[in-house]
Amino acid sequence: MKTRTPFKTAVLTVTWGWMIIFVLLPNLLVFSSSFLQRDELEFVRLPVTLENYTRLLDPLYGGVMLHSLWMAAVTTVVCLLLGYPFAFAVSRFPARLKPLLIFLVIVPFWTNSLVRTYAMKLLLSTNGIVNDLLITIGLIDEPLRMLYTEGAVIAGLVYILLPFMILPLYAVFEQLRRDLLEASYDLGAGRWETFVRVVLPLTLPGVIAGCLLVMLPAMGMFFTADVLGGAKNLLVGNIIKNQFLDARDWPFGAAASLMLTIVMALLLLAYYRSVKLIRRRGNDVALA
Amino acid sequence: MWRWLRHAYLWLVYFLLYAPIVVLIVYSFNASKNPYRWGGFSLDWYARLLDNDLLLRAAGNSLLLAVCAATLTTLIGTLTAIALQRYRFRGKALFNGMLFVVMMSPDIVLAISLLTLFILAGVQLGFISLLLAHITFCLPFVVVTVYSRLVGFNPQILEAARDLGAGEFHMVRTVLLPIIFPAVLAGWLLGFTLSIDDVVVSTFVTGPTFEILPLRIYSMVRLGIRPEVNALATVLLALSLIALALSHFLLAKREGNPA
Amino acid sequence: MENNNKLLQLRGVSKSFGGKQVLAPTDLEIRHGEFITLLGPSGCGKTTLLRLIGGFEQPDSGSILLDGIDIAGLPPNERPVNTVFQSYALVPHMNVFDNVAYGLRAERRPREEIAARVREALAVVQLQELAARRPDQLSGGQQQRVAIARAVVKRPRLLLLDEPLSALDYKLRKQMQYELKRIQRELGITFLFVTHDQEEALSMSDRVVVMREGSIEQTGTPRDVYENPRSLFVARFVGEINVFDVEVAEVRDSDHISVRMAGRVVGLQVRGRRYDRGTRLHMLLRPEDLRLLPPDADRGIPGQVIERNYKGMTLDSVVRLDTGQEVRASEFFDEDDPDFDYRRGEPVRVSWVPGWEKLLPHED
Repeated sequence: MKTRTPFKTAVLTVTWGWMIIFVLLPNLLVFSSSFLQRDELEFVRLPVTLENYTRLLDPLYGGVMLHSLWMAAVTTVVCLLLGYPFAFAVSRFPARLKPLLIFLVIVPFWTNSLVRTYAMKLLLSTNGIVNDLLITIGLIDEPLRMLYTEGAVIAGLVYILLPFMILPLYAVFEQLRRDLLEASYDLGAGRWETFVRVVLPLTLPGVIAGCLLVMLPAMGMFFTADVLGGAKNLLVGNIIKNQFLDARDWPFGAAASLMLTIVMALLLLAYYRSVKLIRRRGNDVALA
Repeated sequence: MWRWLRHAYLWLVYFLLYAPIVVLIVYSFNASKNPYRWGGFSLDWYARLLDNDLLLRAAGNSLLLAVCAATLTTLIGTLTAIALQRYRFRGKALFNGMLFVVMMSPDIVLAISLLTLFILAGVQLGFISLLLAHITFCLPFVVVTVYSRLVGFNPQILEAARDLGAGEFHMVRTVLLPIIFPAVLAGWLLGFTLSIDDVVVSTFVTGPTFEILPLRIYSMVRLGIRPEVNALATVLLALSLIALALSHFLLAKREGNPA
Repeated sequence: MENNNKLLQLRGVSKSFGGKQVLAPTDLEIRHGEFITLLGPSGCGKTTLLRLIGGFEQPDSGSILLDGIDIAGLPPNERPVNTVFQSYALVPHMNVFDNVAYGLRAERRPREEIAARVREALAVVQLQELAARRPDQLSGGQQQRVAIARAVVKRPRLLLLDEPLSALDYKLRKQMQYELKRIQRELGITFLFVTHDQEEALSMSDRVVVMREGSIEQTGTPRDVYENPRSLFVARFVGEINVFDVEVAEVRDSDHISVRMAGRVVGLQVRGRRYDRGTRLHMLLRPEDLRLLPPDADRGIPGQVIERNYKGMTLDSVVRLDTGQEVRASEFFDEDDPDFDYRRGEPVRVSWVPGWEKLLPHED
């Protein structure tokens, strides 16, 4: 409707105002401060410099960055390997059971993620249940040191982020028409061939969406690394937090956060390309 | 064979999802001082929760913050969704883009951008800064929830209301809001959950005057295993399950008998 | 106020969406108390025209005068015009009574008046017993009636009906056509009806407005539009038609010409219209204008029956003429000779009742 009413004006003012003040402006501030220099009193000062970005690459931080990326990547792959068959299995259940099965995936998500991280700590402690179990069944004699390792951080991240992988995958499997699979079998393709040629390409958007939802938090959730990883297994999120809250080096922290944004942009790009690819192949009927 | 494997796999994943929570709950009733040894049933840790003033105050603060944030977000988010669906305005693509960016960007990126804003604008870190930050990160989720409901029903119903003599505001109040009410309620619950669970953003924009529960828990679990955290976690889980069940019940009742 | 009996006048009203013109500048007059129908294929602009009058769209140009006052700038809630929507658009969380009362409550009428008028409106559509039901507990036909009651309870100057019967099955649609006519007669409200169903348009309307690609092609009584179509489009859209390409062979006098048609010369009466020798024309004949004669008849165009359908009242045939053109003929059942019939493949001659043909300038 084109007509201007007071109601419309009020609504648009509030929403636009909010987005500009709390989204556009702050992001511009972070973006510009990543090109400035650190200042003890005013946080940032001129002149403009690229130093913060070059520092991201120096061995001291570069190593932590790569390690963080590595842990996020492993987390994503593990979530994908766990979640893909799971989402597929759920989608083949009778329609009346599906909401319940998905609901059961979401319930843990309703528990505080910090609490779940803590539960992980309880399990993985040197005197914890996992060690007890392993000793009882005779697999090990001495308790393993599982806490404060890379593995503990990855386990914690997987545990918290798994639902974010399952939900988008489930959504694409739900849209995947069964007759398409049957047609593929009918035309003589085997299980494996059907999977590679039909199922995988059509579920690719869900895979990428899931990776996006898992990988980004897996780089940012500093508290998981804090509680489970000790001093050696840091995430990008820990670096950003330290720079902003402890070292008070805002420009460097801003540069680190911009790196996260770039990773996000790349993943988003991949997502759109995959959706477009499917559309272009004329398979959009199958996903419609 | 496939069928059997499928079921087994499903149960394995559910086991992985639920085992840590179950262990947590069981140990919250542990009588032993040793957090790893079962020493019989007791409610000691729950009793100790009630004595912990810091914790209780933080819980109260969290509740207040989440209710305020969810309510304001739902208000703004619902209006935003209505504007996006009903009106043509300039810069709509930019607006959608910003919502999407907020939804997708890592919490920590949002957190430092807001911290920068608050420091530069001289906003006192505390309740207000937390509230503004929570509304901002909850907003896109509420907008999406309400928007999907808005595009899901026949728009001629709204035209009919206008046609029958209702002004824009009267139409929104008597027709549009009742129709989208389930989505608005769902949006509120989502906002409440996101707000009460948030650790990342709150860590940055919190102040010494206003401690909230997740941050209180954070400082407790960083140091080691604290059995009263088990009890607290159990209480929180029970509360969120009750809220979930309640909302489900309310929505189902409404769907069944909206008159 | 009732000058020249005009209720609504559109003057040069046009509308584009995203640079694409859906309604060319259009003039239209609607008289008090008439049942007028906008008829055309989908995408012809009829619904846009209706929405402009209802106030759901703003015209790019022109004025919309209701009782001489321009209402083009008014929002829908300030126009004394109401709409019955194609989808009924009942408010799902209100029962039938509340739906019908909605417009009166928006006007802040007293409670007693609302109750009385809603009861009255529900009586008109014969739904008194269902006042407490919710829309999803009603059948399609009942929802339709609520939508009508909800609009007429406002006593609009003009009621707009946007393909209101298209979602109903055939029998119910027939029944609602009668109902709508009855309601219109009882309430004396002017109806502007939109449809793509020519049969519906012809049987219900006082006047029909045939639209095509955003402009009005012809306005007239149903009979006028059916018998004297002004273009091939109207002729083809309103009912079935056989079109013959002919050429004026000879102009005998002001009333008589002969034309060359299917390889033969046929004399026609033209009642004073002037034609020039050699002019190409379309000659239109409705299926019911045609007569099938035995092959040994002394007039008519020879052909062969290729399809024969018994339709109860009529016998419909498809005849392939020797020129290759296929024509449709529809003959009333011959009471005197009920067994008489042509078989498929049988040769016939196609003739028509002289003077029932219609000539149009040739369209390329």
